[in-house]
Amino acid sequence: MLLIFGVPIQALTGQLMVGLINGAFYSLLSLGVAIIFGMLRIANFVHGAQYMLGAFVAWFLLNLPNIFPGVGLPAVGYWSALFLAPLIVFAVGALIEFLFIRRVYDLDHAYSLLLTIGLTMVIEGLFRLQYGSSGQPYEIPELLMGGRNLGFMFLPYYRVWVILVSVIVCFATWFIIERTKLGAYLRAATEDPELVRAFGINVPMMLMLTYGFGVGLAGFAGVMAAPIYQVSPGMGQNLIIIVFAVVVVGGMGSILGAIISGFLLGIVEGLTKVFWPEASTTVIFVIMALILLVRPNGLIGKVAK
Amino acid sequence: MTAIVLKQEPATRLEWEKVALFVLLGFALVAPAFLYPLFLVRILTFVLFASAYNLIFGYAGLLGFGHAAFFGLASYAVAQSTKTWPITPELAIIFGVSVSAIAGAVFGWLAIRRQGLYFAMITLALAQIVYFFFAQVDWAHGEDGIQSVPRGHFLGLIDLSSNTVMYYFVLGVFLVGFLFSLRVVASPYGEALKAVRDNEARAISLGYNANRIRLIAFTISAGLAGLAGGLNALSFQLASLSDVHYLLSAEVILMVLIGGAATTIGPVLGAIVVVVMQNYFAQFGAWVLVVQGAIFVACVLGMRNGIVGTVDTIAKTWLKRARKE
Repeated sequence: MLLIFGVPIQALTGQLMVGLINGAFYSLLSLGVAIIFGMLRIANFVHGAQYMLGAFVAWFLLNLPNIFPGVGLPAVGYWSALFLAPLIVFAVGALIEFLFIRRVYDLDHAYSLLLTIGLTMVIEGLFRLQYGSSGQPYEIPELLMGGRNLGFMFLPYYRVWVILVSVIVCFATWFIIERTKLGAYLRAATEDPELVRAFGINVPMMLMLTYGFGVGLAGFAGVMAAPIYQVSPGMGQNLIIIVFAVVVVGGMGSILGAIISGFLLGIVEGLTKVFWPEASTTVIFVIMALILLVRPNGLIGKVAK
Repeated sequence: MTAIVLKQEPATRLEWEKVALFVLLGFALVAPAFLYPLFLVRILTFVLFASAYNLIFGYAGLLGFGHAAFFGLASYAVAQSTKTWPITPELAIIFGVSVSAIAGAVFGWLAIRRQGLYFAMITLALAQIVYFFFAQVDWAHGEDGIQSVPRGHFLGLIDLSSNTVMYYFVLGVFLVGFLFSLRVVASPYGEALKAVRDNEARAISLGYNANRIRLIAFTISAGLAGLAGGLNALSFQLASLSDVHYLLSAEVILMVLIGGAATTIGPVLGAIVVVVMQNYFAQFGAWVLVVQGAIFVACVLGMRNGIVGTVDTIAKTWLKRARKE
């Protein structure tokens, strides 16, 4: 058996794959958090619960005939859920912004932090009441079942799909915000809302849609995650803290930084599992501390205001 | 962003605040006669914890989101040291406070490079390291925590096994910690701290080292949070993962916020309200998380001025009416 640093290569590549998958989710989630943070100045603690919501919406859609028996609703599968669930989570997010978030824009950050923590507790608590802490299974779509043995590792198709799609979605989002006119309006609306309003743009609406969009990304990540991790109320709970650390590493309001550091930290975490399993839960936070020492503004940080 | 801190304390506050503090102290002295002592201990430790947090949140203007780490570090340090070494409770608490203060100095040194929400995220991430440390090391016993911690004899003389005796011991230590925090705020250093919070550039131009002033506040605050955590572990004879959980860090922000940041009595009232509410809502069983979350949301949306701000307004209108008559 081939060994690298005394570790079988299968274990190494296997964990590398796990790291890449986790990294894909860190990236998708940090991207949404970075957008909401950069544009709205809100630390969206409820992002993890919204990711969980995305997974549950996909699960609901698949189980519609069982949940409402006799109505004759069809089971909505993975491919439709991939579009429907983010839209539904987007709508929920927009509603949350309309009802709660917009009331704390002008207040100290402590208010928005506590508000989103409270919302997290309510959402997760309600799902826990209904589903306990156990997970609901969600099948991998037929088209992506199975995988290929490359000799040095087994490559499951669904995981390859997740990584590819995450990369595409992440960079498409980066392109929209940094390189298009819509993105320019968005950035302008947060820099100087008064001026943008004078141009006849509905700024509150724009902020609502931005929040919804960031949250929709979390919903999308949730659907993608459903076949890999089980659909359970606690699936986003500890993830959000890691995501916050990823955003810190990526740098102040940097969308590209969030994407890159998401993948990087996922891989580092995966490799830590091979070489020092006990440290794998904390390695991301330790790296964050080290990055802060060397580059206080993060990997790709603009100078802090 | 509007400041949450009132720049100048209204004259009416000084009147009612002092009266209220003395009433509360009087109540604390006789309360074990009709309330369960350990419930009162819970209130005292959380008042101390909230006052410690108020030092950095209210007076230094730093939104720390990892203060449970310092509460929990001392909690575990006290629990483990009294269980394994033959030391008296006061030495165990001094040991716990030192551990928390050192951790506070290190975490603060790392985190004060950034401010605002970033400070919150960084302190949260650092606190999470502490959480996973205690979740994984063998001697902390994971989910079970360190149980049946011996209370021991104060100074090797006074047996603390009775809940009432324990309560008065906690009250004594609490008063030392609480008065110390008041002394810090009222000292010349406290004035410098507020100056840095209100106008950093100006304070620096006057020759103050802003980051060192913040770091000192963070370290003191961590030490006092440790004092609260150590007392808590000793009284309840338990150190568990909920002592280092991020929800505790969130709760302490809530206490200071609904009481009134950068005031003396705000954290006191806030902590009392939150502990009493939690005690009441504990009966809802599975609904606890939902109810607690709803309280967070309601407090944020409904208690903008905090208890102190609200009472200030009422006191002002009373005073006006009294002057007219």
